Amino acid sequence: MNWDVIFSVSLESLVGATTVVYALAAIGLNVHFGYAGLLNFGQSAFLGVAAYGMAMTVTTFDQPFWLGLLVGLGATVVLALLLGIPTLRLRADYLAIVTIAAAEIVRLLFRSVTLSKWTGGSDGLQAFSQSFYALNPYSSGISTRLISFSARELWVITVGWVLVVVALLVVWLLMNSPWGRVVKAIREDEDAVRSLGKNVFAYKMQALILGGVLGSLGGYVFALSLAAIQPDTYGTEFTFYMYTIVILGGAARVLGPVVGSMIFWLLLTFINALLPALVSAGVIPTSIMTTNQAGAVGYILVGIGLVLLLIFRPQGIFGDRKEVMLDAR
Amino acid sequence: MMVTAFLASILFVLGPGATGASAQGEGLQGTLINNNQPVAGVSIKVSTQDGQLVGQTKSGPDGKWSVAVPKAGTYKVDLDVATLPQGVVLLNNRPSLTLQVFAGSMRTALFPLGTRAAGQKPAEDTSPGTFARVLDLTYTGIHIGLIIALAALGLSLIFGTMGLTNFAHGELITFGAMMAFIFNVYLGLPVLAAGVIAVVLGAVFGWVQDRFFWGWLRQRRAGLIGMMIISIGLALSLRYITLYWFRGETRQYSQYVAQPGWDLGLIVVAPKNLAMDLIAIVVLVAVSLALVMTRLGKATRAVSTNPALAAASGINVDRIIRLVWTIGGALAALSGVMLGVFQGVNYQMGFQILLLVFAAVTLGGLGTAFGALLGSLVIGLATQVSTLWIPTELKNVGALAVLIVVILVRPQGILGRRERIG
Repeated sequence: MNWDVIFSVSLESLVGATTVVYALAAIGLNVHFGYAGLLNFGQSAFLGVAAYGMAMTVTTFDQPFWLGLLVGLGATVVLALLLGIPTLRLRADYLAIVTIAAAEIVRLLFRSVTLSKWTGGSDGLQAFSQSFYALNPYSSGISTRLISFSARELWVITVGWVLVVVALLVVWLLMNSPWGRVVKAIREDEDAVRSLGKNVFAYKMQALILGGVLGSLGGYVFALSLAAIQPDTYGTEFTFYMYTIVILGGAARVLGPVVGSMIFWLLLTFINALLPALVSAGVIPTSIMTTNQAGAVGYILVGIGLVLLLIFRPQGIFGDRKEVMLDAR
Repeated sequence: MMVTAFLASILFVLGPGATGASAQGEGLQGTLINNNQPVAGVSIKVSTQDGQLVGQTKSGPDGKWSVAVPKAGTYKVDLDVATLPQGVVLLNNRPSLTLQVFAGSMRTALFPLGTRAAGQKPAEDTSPGTFARVLDLTYTGIHIGLIIALAALGLSLIFGTMGLTNFAHGELITFGAMMAFIFNVYLGLPVLAAGVIAVVLGAVFGWVQDRFFWGWLRQRRAGLIGMMIISIGLALSLRYITLYWFRGETRQYSQYVAQPGWDLGLIVVAPKNLAMDLIAIVVLVAVSLALVMTRLGKATRAVSTNPALAAASGINVDRIIRLVWTIGGALAALSGVMLGVFQGVNYQMGFQILLLVFAAVTLGGLGTAFGALLGSLVIGLATQVSTLWIPTELKNVGALAVLIVVILVRPQGILGRRERIG
């Protein structure tokens, strides 16, 4: 069994592109769920429309890359408005059901044969990332005994972490501003805020748009790091992973999503590398687990982890228990 | 024939679901299924982009095929249409796919198959006649609506009595289908007997879940939103535990798989579907009557309306909620068995239909039992009849879009009360 490989992939996952993608998505989700108390179960759709907006502009319509980024951002804002207008006046769980339905609608539309002329159907789209990699200042990657990244990976990671820092700064500044205090007050007691003369609906809508836009940055990094997009990666599991990350790090904490993402991916990558290795080394007999089954174990553990976290430590690592006592009824 | 198209699209949705557990090494794979039956002996060729042959294979008796490729990259997959059985055609008319294989993973190639009489044109002018087609779709819509209604009734009762939006309800559906599969295929019981056992086990599963898990959480005074996210974690775990034991493919019960239809003049219906409809209607009517007529039913409705007041007037709220979980588990299991007979058993089947169940429950009015029944029929019909205008693969989009529009104009649902929503 090759422990070096297992440890190095785990270490690389601490800073790697996947961690960045989930951190950005979770920062956006933290604005929704942690600060504003909005149950958005369709965050994957925000990442999806941003990534597809960019990729379709570049690949399908042959427009420049920067325009693609703008189209993606525009698509995210439109999606937030579409989701928010019908549901933000209603009780919290309506938003949950509508967002999860919308995320499935978006995924089914992306993969449909009817629209495959533009979206590439279930194959998705490729060849939209040349302009991004053309900007790469690194001529060679790094390679030490433990970790190694190619020049391309290094470029994605650099851009990704810069975006993470910017996003964290935005969240920190906003949440310490009067705007942030109103949003948090809405989470605690909507009626009290309304009685102070604030337009609750507008604040919720702004929070939904802001979180969606922050999440869309994750969508860009995700698409660019793979240099390809596929509709089925934007499924509901994507969103559930983000929720686990937000709760693990601590909802309504600025750094929570980033720390959550690092720990989550360190553990999950380690398990996903370890189990197949144990199976092929014969430590785990194939009658109990095959390498095929090892892939399912990660999901099972994430589910169990989410349940245990919410029962025993709903505030996560950094959170404040008083801030996460949410109730819908 | 529309049923075929429906099944093909189910296959289409479920096809690449198992990517979470793919084998090591690169390759291309797929399963050829027509009308729930595996299609064997179809020749499939994989070549590189510049036309070099990488591998050739024939689909096995279970309809599966796979070709290993030397490294990640873009490959061309050709299905030899001439080797398809008589009358079976490629629905999307794309026998040649160009696919990218990523490092360390198997890529699934989708060839949606369907039956089409010789000489017919695809799509628009499907004979026999538009009127018969509308009738056919309406029937299928009611059939699916009834299956959804069984699950929706339990979901709605659970929401009404304990306020939980249970995202793990889909796993109760899968549980029923799986149990029936185990007793039917592994232990050799007839489907009917296996189905009855599955429903009983579903009730036990619902009871156990509430006795040892949800009831315990209620005692700990867990918040409702917390519980809702807990149900998501639970659903994720249960779904992949099912995948762990059951593998990713769609499998069939040993009976009633390809039953020839009865010609009822205007539409052709398989007798199994009519029998299932009858069972579903009897069960739904029985449960509804019990809700209206019996003391326990009255107590259940009282808890739904106002748990604190119900407790104050001497109703044991916990006992009612446990009863609701037991009945909900049984109903969901029955729904799962019927869904399994209708379209095959797969670890994702419950989750796939859960969104439609949610749509039905919300449409009818969250927490209202009769609203759930009405909503289910609307959703069932919407998914099917909408295929007159939109492609079959997008029919679930139609149903979910209906949900969003209804929330926009009448958020309390068809039978809901205004005060529940604010």
